[in-house]
Amino acid sequence: MSREQMLQKVRTALGRSPGQPAAPPPPVWSRIPQWTAAERVERFSRAVEALGGKPVTVENLDAARRTVEQLMAGHRAIASNAPLLTACGITSLPGVESGFTDAAAMRPVCASVAIGITSADYALADTGTLVMLSSPSEARLVSLLPPTHIAVIPESCIVANLDELLSILPKPAEQSSSMVLITGPSRTADIEQILVRGVHGPGELYVIILSE
Amino acid sequence: MAFVYPEKIHQTIADPDLQLAIYTATGRLINKRKHAIEPDLLPEYQELRTRANEIKKHTLENLDYYLEQVETNVTAHGGQVVFCHDGTEVCDFILNLAKQRGASLFVKSKSMTSEEIDLNERLEHHHLEAVETDLGEYILQLAHERPYHIVAPALHLTRYQVADVFEERLGVKNEIVIEKQAMIARSVLREKFLAADIGITGANFVVADSGAVTIIENEGNARLTSSAPKIHIAVAGIEKLIPRAQDLAVFLKLLSRSATGQPLSAYTSFLSGPRRPGEVDGPEEFYLILMDNGRTKLLADGDKRESLYCIRCGACLNHCPVYRKIGGHSYPWVYSGPIGAIITPQFMGVKRDPWLPFASSLCGACAEVCPVKIDIPRLLLELRSDVVRARTRDGESTLERLSFRMFAWLMRHPILYEIGGRIAAALAPAGQTDGPEGAPRGWIRKLPAIMNFAPLKHWLSQRDLPPPAPRSFRELWRDRVGTRSK
Repeated sequence: MSREQMLQKVRTALGRSPGQPAAPPPPVWSRIPQWTAAERVERFSRAVEALGGKPVTVENLDAARRTVEQLMAGHRAIASNAPLLTACGITSLPGVESGFTDAAAMRPVCASVAIGITSADYALADTGTLVMLSSPSEARLVSLLPPTHIAVIPESCIVANLDELLSILPKPAEQSSSMVLITGPSRTADIEQILVRGVHGPGELYVIILSE
Repeated sequence: MAFVYPEKIHQTIADPDLQLAIYTATGRLINKRKHAIEPDLLPEYQELRTRANEIKKHTLENLDYYLEQVETNVTAHGGQVVFCHDGTEVCDFILNLAKQRGASLFVKSKSMTSEEIDLNERLEHHHLEAVETDLGEYILQLAHERPYHIVAPALHLTRYQVADVFEERLGVKNEIVIEKQAMIARSVLREKFLAADIGITGANFVVADSGAVTIIENEGNARLTSSAPKIHIAVAGIEKLIPRAQDLAVFLKLLSRSATGQPLSAYTSFLSGPRRPGEVDGPEEFYLILMDNGRTKLLADGDKRESLYCIRCGACLNHCPVYRKIGGHSYPWVYSGPIGAIITPQFMGVKRDPWLPFASSLCGACAEVCPVKIDIPRLLLELRSDVVRARTRDGESTLERLSFRMFAWLMRHPILYEIGGRIAAALAPAGQTDGPEGAPRGWIRKLPAIMNFAPLKHWLSQRDLPPPAPRSFRELWRDRVGTRSK
């Protein structure tokens, strides 16, 4: 359409010529606090709680499954294809549907169940954030459509902060079409600046942290 | 220069309910930001601002390079970049795509860029349904209003007004509990998300080295918009580019804190193209529209280029004493507050709303809170002189120009200056006050009739003038020099 014209307008505005390289950009900003694994878990849990989420620390896979079963309280759930969920036995709990590889088949289930269960690729200790990359293991909608989201994560995936995440994953686009940082339950303050949770995404967020 | 201010300003100031709504909401946002940037929580805040400013400066100075880079990377991930001059080209592209794909229902997440080009109205004009999905934007769409604030679009509405809008437009019962209002919107919009053919989002950042858009939100509507429909279109201004994904470490820390006082918003999506092979869901097609719509004009003006650094956090609105009185709808375009006052004249031409750069006390609160350190007061001054220059060029303000010429001539003739000063000193006491009534003793409240005409009269209607000294500096100086030489 207007590609050439627009690029030319930009070059004229800047006094640059076609193909001219860019000057070196300012150095990358990175401040990574040196926290022990225990400190990261503690900070992460505190941050999730402050956001209105509910962190639960469990000792082993069985305990993770039992916790999920209790939280489900008889409701239906959809689980992602994350290997950790299968390893915990969560995918074979009664009322849990899993193993979807086709969006069309998965969507109606996602839209009707009470709970979406996922793992996460990373978590950020300082902000209580879950980092989820879209993949064959993790669909985008499982953590989004159901009113409750339960994430089961290994303690080892918790990094200090965004700076550390971006030093591990400097180019997230090379791995996935979608990386989402989830920081607490869905919220809005659009009416009178009063906080309401769960307006479009899940209003309840549980993070089950598995220590190994 | 006498300006005609919009009627809306007078209406807003005269409406006590609206004044309270604006004052309360912006006050809450001010407090939230203040807590979020406290030094024990974010000691590097000032360094981050400096770095953000440097990155924006660098990117814009090399923008053609980064535009080509983002295009290469989006294409490599199976998406398509579309360059558009203006709103018409954006709409033509979208209409054409909708026609080819047989699409008729659009869901949209909040985007100031699409507000800028009246995208919804244009699509509706072609009988396509475009539904806003951000709660605030949805309410405004139902009420047929434009955003009141860059970040909190329905800031001016109370729960009672929202209840009326929902009752009238959705046919639900008059519900005044905010939680329940949000749930009404959730259920109506959920159906739209699942049925929509195309999702349209904006972009907070366009990341050149990744060919990705970054979208920041709290509700989850932008995630749904970009993930549920088969086609995702992101519309972004060309100034939204940043070089690297790693630069997000700077901008994400600043944006949400400045906007809503959150360390990070609930959802930050980093999206690079359509669903990849093996991924379970996500859109099948991805388009990134990069729009100029006047931005290259700002880019060409080195003195004002920094207007394009804005990351649309809205902090300058919340902290502006003028915005807090006159509200968002008094501004002539979709961008309100101090940032609106500097970009509107540059996009629309300074002569359309010449009063705008002058509607500021230049208190500097906007520059102090700007996360990318845009010097808004300086830009307002630049624009004021642009307004005057444009008026002069068009033969307006003749009297003003004449006065300044006379003044300049007077200043070049010391004798005349001195005579003038003596006349003023002799005449002035007639307007002096004795009194406690407002002005301090001896100050001039009103000039004698011979001098009391516009603009001096208008100027003095709001202020008092200190009286001329009995003896001028020049006289004193002459005496001094005389004494010394003896």
